[in-house]
Amino acid sequence: PAARELTQNPLQKTWEPYDNGLPAGHSAQRGVCMTNCPTLIVMVGLPARGKTYISKKLTRYLNWIGVPTKEFNVGQYRRDLVKKYKSFEFFLPDNEEGLKIRKQCALAALNDVRQYLSEENGHVAVFDATNTTRERRETIYKFGEENGYKTFFVESVCVDPEVIAANIVQVKLGSPDYVDCSNDEATEDFMKRIECYKNSYETLDETLDKDLSYIKIMDVGRSYLVNRVMDHIQSRIVYYLMNIHVTPRSIYLCRHGESELNLKGRIGGDPGLSVRGKEFAKSLAQFINEQNIKDLKVWTSQMKRTIQTAEALGVPYEQWKVLNEIDAGVCEEMTYEEIQENYPLEFALRDQDKYRYRYPKGESYEDLVQRLEPVIMELERQENVLVICHQAVMRCLLAYFLDKPAEQLPYLKCPLHTVLKLTPVAYGKCNNVYL
Amino acid sequence: AWASYMTNSPTLIVMIGLPARGKTYMSKKLTRYLNWIGVPTKVFNLGVYRREAVKSYKSYDFFRHDNKEAMEIRKRCALVALEDVKSYLLEECGQIAVRSSALKIAFHQGSSKLPGVFFVESVCDDPEVIAANILEVKVSSPDYPERHRENVMDDFLKRIECYKVTYEPLDPDANDKDLSFIKVINVGQRFLVNRVQDYIQSKIVYYLMNIHVQPRTIYLCRHGESEYNLVGRIGGDSGLSARGKQFSQALKKFIEEQEIVDLKVWTSQLKRTIQTAESLGVLYEQWKILNEIDAGVCEEMTYAEIEAKYPDEFAMRDQEKYLYRYPGGESYQDLVQRLEPVIMELERQGNVLVISHQAVMRCLLAYFLDKSADELPYLRCPLHTILKLTPVAYGCKVETITLNVEAVNTHRDKPSLNSLPSRQSPVRMRRNSFTPRAGADTVKRPRHHSLGSKPLHLLGPLPSLE
Repeated sequence: PAARELTQNPLQKTWEPYDNGLPAGHSAQRGVCMTNCPTLIVMVGLPARGKTYISKKLTRYLNWIGVPTKEFNVGQYRRDLVKKYKSFEFFLPDNEEGLKIRKQCALAALNDVRQYLSEENGHVAVFDATNTTRERRETIYKFGEENGYKTFFVESVCVDPEVIAANIVQVKLGSPDYVDCSNDEATEDFMKRIECYKNSYETLDETLDKDLSYIKIMDVGRSYLVNRVMDHIQSRIVYYLMNIHVTPRSIYLCRHGESELNLKGRIGGDPGLSVRGKEFAKSLAQFINEQNIKDLKVWTSQMKRTIQTAEALGVPYEQWKVLNEIDAGVCEEMTYEEIQENYPLEFALRDQDKYRYRYPKGESYEDLVQRLEPVIMELERQENVLVICHQAVMRCLLAYFLDKPAEQLPYLKCPLHTVLKLTPVAYGKCNNVYL
Repeated sequence: AWASYMTNSPTLIVMIGLPARGKTYMSKKLTRYLNWIGVPTKVFNLGVYRREAVKSYKSYDFFRHDNKEAMEIRKRCALVALEDVKSYLLEECGQIAVRSSALKIAFHQGSSKLPGVFFVESVCDDPEVIAANILEVKVSSPDYPERHRENVMDDFLKRIECYKVTYEPLDPDANDKDLSFIKVINVGQRFLVNRVQDYIQSKIVYYLMNIHVQPRTIYLCRHGESEYNLVGRIGGDSGLSARGKQFSQALKKFIEEQEIVDLKVWTSQLKRTIQTAESLGVLYEQWKILNEIDAGVCEEMTYAEIEAKYPDEFAMRDQEKYLYRYPGGESYQDLVQRLEPVIMELERQGNVLVISHQAVMRCLLAYFLDKSADELPYLRCPLHTILKLTPVAYGCKVETITLNVEAVNTHRDKPSLNSLPSRQSPVRMRRNSFTPRAGADTVKRPRHHSLGSKPLHLLGPLPSLE
């Protein structure tokens, strides 16, 4: 039998086989890590151990690299059910009423997990709860098995009272549970809440839990115990969790100064800075000096305009080829009018799905995200960094930090001569804009 | 960004563990990986030093912890090895030295240029795994030239017992809690990772966590001959020629005859590899990062056209084929960086057939066969030929299979030194400009620390670009 004919998808420029004029499934496109069966990530740990912080960050990362992920916070289910939180007594191990409600919430959350993974095309669900007993974990594991999910546990263990106190101040005091309390009252209540869990806490054990897949994070990342990583996505998750940290720091994102081609309205190319661009570089140098940042690392692309901008700072900088602007292929150095005139179909396709649209012989935003993943990983490892890059690149990085979905990413505002300062704050990253 | 970590302190990796725990296997594999991604690495194996000092090995008695004379010899070997390590790190500008040894060495801090130290411990209590290791690598060791197999096993197991008496595993909860290390337990079933300090240690941990020792086979081949191949044009996105389609059919037959269990098939996103895979009639995955090297402004030209239009570029490429980047395109060095996730996933997988392109296949092959950057761009990867790679002991067995379907030859050897213009001093031209080097009036740009490039010996102030 003859091989099937191939047709090129006009939007993404990928080659697909077709039968009778319709695309036929036979090949998979490796976006990033196509999971075969859905994965259920189960958080484990006492309160104030960073479980929700890790859940949210992991969810944000997986979604950014193209793995549909959603987190399910059981505490939120509880808050929705029990309108007003009274005190830690709700969590006492012998509070029958409390236990009943908490079990109900866990089951409701698992039901939503099932819907997400089995009916809504989710790939990964993060089940965020204490899950501190072996019994509870077995229930969840069985649930996973019944539904054909792979289960991966993420436990956070921490005994440092300073870290725990800091966590409480950062995220618990502002919780809806403590809206009517003073800080001292809230802290006292929360400490008692933690005590409720301690007696029944069964940490993941090297012997008893040797057949489970898990990572145990100790002391906010000082050490890790990793057991039975099963597949690609679990390996990526482990790598990510081992690279993130909670040390306070700031990330500065900006584009190169205005370039000669910017002035002419042309995209791409490798032009140098315009006069105003050089002015910006000088202002940037002054701004950075004033910020008085400790051990600032400066990164640029390998294109002249970002390097020229960095040069004005008078400090060592690193060039990353993967920070280069999106490759516009045949449209390089054209104006948008010229593109519309010479490639009207391409021009229209791009507006239809700007994230997935790939320039002929060029790249798409989707390609850009894949290419930028090592930058994100290294940004997570680093502390204070200034990244001088390009419009499309900056949009991708910003979307990661601000948790913007693919549809919004290509339209994020990243004007020239503007610096975005990102500082991690509790569960999000707040940003300040400087001109 | 590898550059900054290369200019920061070097790293000393110390392997720890009883004999037959896979230390040398991991050292060699790790060294091969690090060198491939551009981090100069070298292995210093204590066993080799010991064999130098003690010409003929008699029996396991040498390793008894109460054998004073032997202990002296072993200590001296360790010191000699350490001296070599020091000179590699400090004088030869190597960045990582991996020491394979069954002893834990105490390091003396205080010297100004001491490297960062990372320990890799292999712990194994599964007797079947240990026995298999001994059979695979120890029986053929220079220590046992003519012994009968059972004697070897017996002697080696007794050797292990000698070490067990004094073996102190890394203890993260007490003595060793401030050390940076990874403990690999039962061939990767479990890992304990402590205090990873920097980028390179993080990469090492990730790599060690992804490799496995299950037997499997990797098949590498190029797409069938393409229309552009026939007319000598490079790059582009052309379809298969008639002979290329013939090859695809032959490939299908070959794969079926091999009877491979759970074979994964990977292609690039260029038409010619996909067409080749289509003939197999099985599921395949497309990877954009397997696309052929981007020849930038030279895409779809013939070599004759390139030589005519961009003679300086053409000459430069023959001088430094690994580092040379096409204007607006890529270099082999860029390709290696781009292919790293493919290598990582190949390590995780079992049986895989990768249908790719000439430059891409050269990069992958160089990883598996431990070829240097100088050799890489000249590795022979002809059309219509399959390379079958099987991991064996410390390396990789390679079998070349020609499927007897004619194709053009796309290989260009390195021109002889006489025909090359005189080489400029060590500064290498690297840039991303779209403007090819045309003539003498092109501005020479000084080379900066770009991603993955070799470090300069001096970090002077960076000149300004004007």
